[in-house]
Amino acid sequence: MRLFLAIALLGLPLFALNARADEMMIVRSSQEFEEAMSTLQAAIKAHGYTLTRVQRVDVGLEAKGYKTDKYRVVFFGKADEIKQIAAKHPELIPYLPLNIAIFAENNQTLLTTNHPAMLAEFFPDPELASYFKEWEKDVTGILDDVRQTQ
Amino acid sequence: MIRLLSALLLLLASAVTLAAPDGATLFAQNCAACHGEKGSGGIGVPLALPSFQASVSDDYIRKTIRLGRPGRIMPAFQKLSDAEVDALVKYVRSWNAAQAMHFDPAPIKGDPTHGKQLYAKYCAACHGANGEGGKGTGVTFSRPRDLPIMPPALHNPGFLAAASDSMIKYTLMHGRAGTPMIAAAKRGLQERDVDDLVSFIRQFQQEPVSSSATLLNTESAILTMDSPYDLATTIENLKRAVGNNNFIFIREQNLDAGLVPEDSEDPHQHIIYFCNFSLLNQALANDPRVGLFLPCRITVAEDHGKVKLMAVNPKRLSRMFNDSNLNDLCRQMTQQYLAIMEEATL
Repeated sequence: MRLFLAIALLGLPLFALNARADEMMIVRSSQEFEEAMSTLQAAIKAHGYTLTRVQRVDVGLEAKGYKTDKYRVVFFGKADEIKQIAAKHPELIPYLPLNIAIFAENNQTLLTTNHPAMLAEFFPDPELASYFKEWEKDVTGILDDVRQTQ
Repeated sequence: MIRLLSALLLLLASAVTLAAPDGATLFAQNCAACHGEKGSGGIGVPLALPSFQASVSDDYIRKTIRLGRPGRIMPAFQKLSDAEVDALVKYVRSWNAAQAMHFDPAPIKGDPTHGKQLYAKYCAACHGANGEGGKGTGVTFSRPRDLPIMPPALHNPGFLAAASDSMIKYTLMHGRAGTPMIAAAKRGLQERDVDDLVSFIRQFQQEPVSSSATLLNTESAILTMDSPYDLATTIENLKRAVGNNNFIFIREQNLDAGLVPEDSEDPHQHIIYFCNFSLLNQALANDPRVGLFLPCRITVAEDHGKVKLMAVNPKRLSRMFNDSNLNDLCRQMTQQYLAIMEEATL
């Protein structure tokens, strides 16, 4: 019985380490890709962000002869935030600007990104916490907007 | 006085009702992308399938939400409150006309050695030789699916913690209509054979965690390297190193490009984008979500004359995506990023 208890107690933390929390957001839009893309861009602007670039992943793949459905990565940010963070916390630059991947799944569209709040685990500086919290709220709002638009 | 008390009680009751989590909204926010808006399935299990509903308990659903399936996409929703998880369970159960199943938590005794033989013969083709589950994510990205649903990983700590022996036995005995999982009797198996199978599956718990449930551990979310060269030289070195490591240079931009007028961009943070399209195609086939971090990029930043290379650490991404299928690719990408950065700063 003691042995069983010891095994159980040893096993618990191992499992806890393995249980991956929800670090990714993924939403499905009932809109077709082009419409969902327009909705996403409008939602990004509505939340006060500037669209910096759309990476056309599918175009690159097709140009190299790979068959693919539509796939884009949308980058967005706020100029003042990027400037401040790049100056004081350059270690965060690889994760900037914020982005959302959007891709077709037949006649629907999937959108995915990481939870900005999880960046706090990577970059625990308290000064950054308010950014992560704000981005979490905004990115959740952007994805909610796209999900709710029929 | 009585009227006042009644009014207060009514107010309290409506406040409680208003505060109760809305299962439908929670499902739409957290689950519908993978399991379908109405539980028809897709990336995840078709939760509304009558045969699924008939073979699982509320406790199984609750534990699955809480614990997820390590390494198999389904995350552990640890931030949801107990009330929210209960609301989700209730919502998922709203698709079920019948009473929810309750299973005896007691272990089932069987012969695991015989169970192992049966497993290899009848189960391994779909669930994997070691219970690692079907390959891929089920995210089709409009590509053809091999199977209508992803065969679950039975050797997964999330599954083993959520499913009781009786529940596994029930599923084996009845199969799951609408999926390739057929009833044991149709394969000529007796109840004692099923007990043997259950005891074998339960033995996975005594073994090391399956490779499909194992994610890469890494200390840092970023890769950095100091450059002994100035900014311009480092950028040129980096572009050359990209080509020498079988990647194609795509473009170069400042970090704030698109955010400020072109003539106001900060020239001290350059991002170099590059790609190996064969690797990109392979990565998207494994898990289309990885496109979020593609194409590959390395930033060259200058601060007070010191030049540094920085990139996302791909090894950290297999954990972020909770996808063990990405382990090899992420490990390989980290090595390639480091090789490129080393060559650029040599």
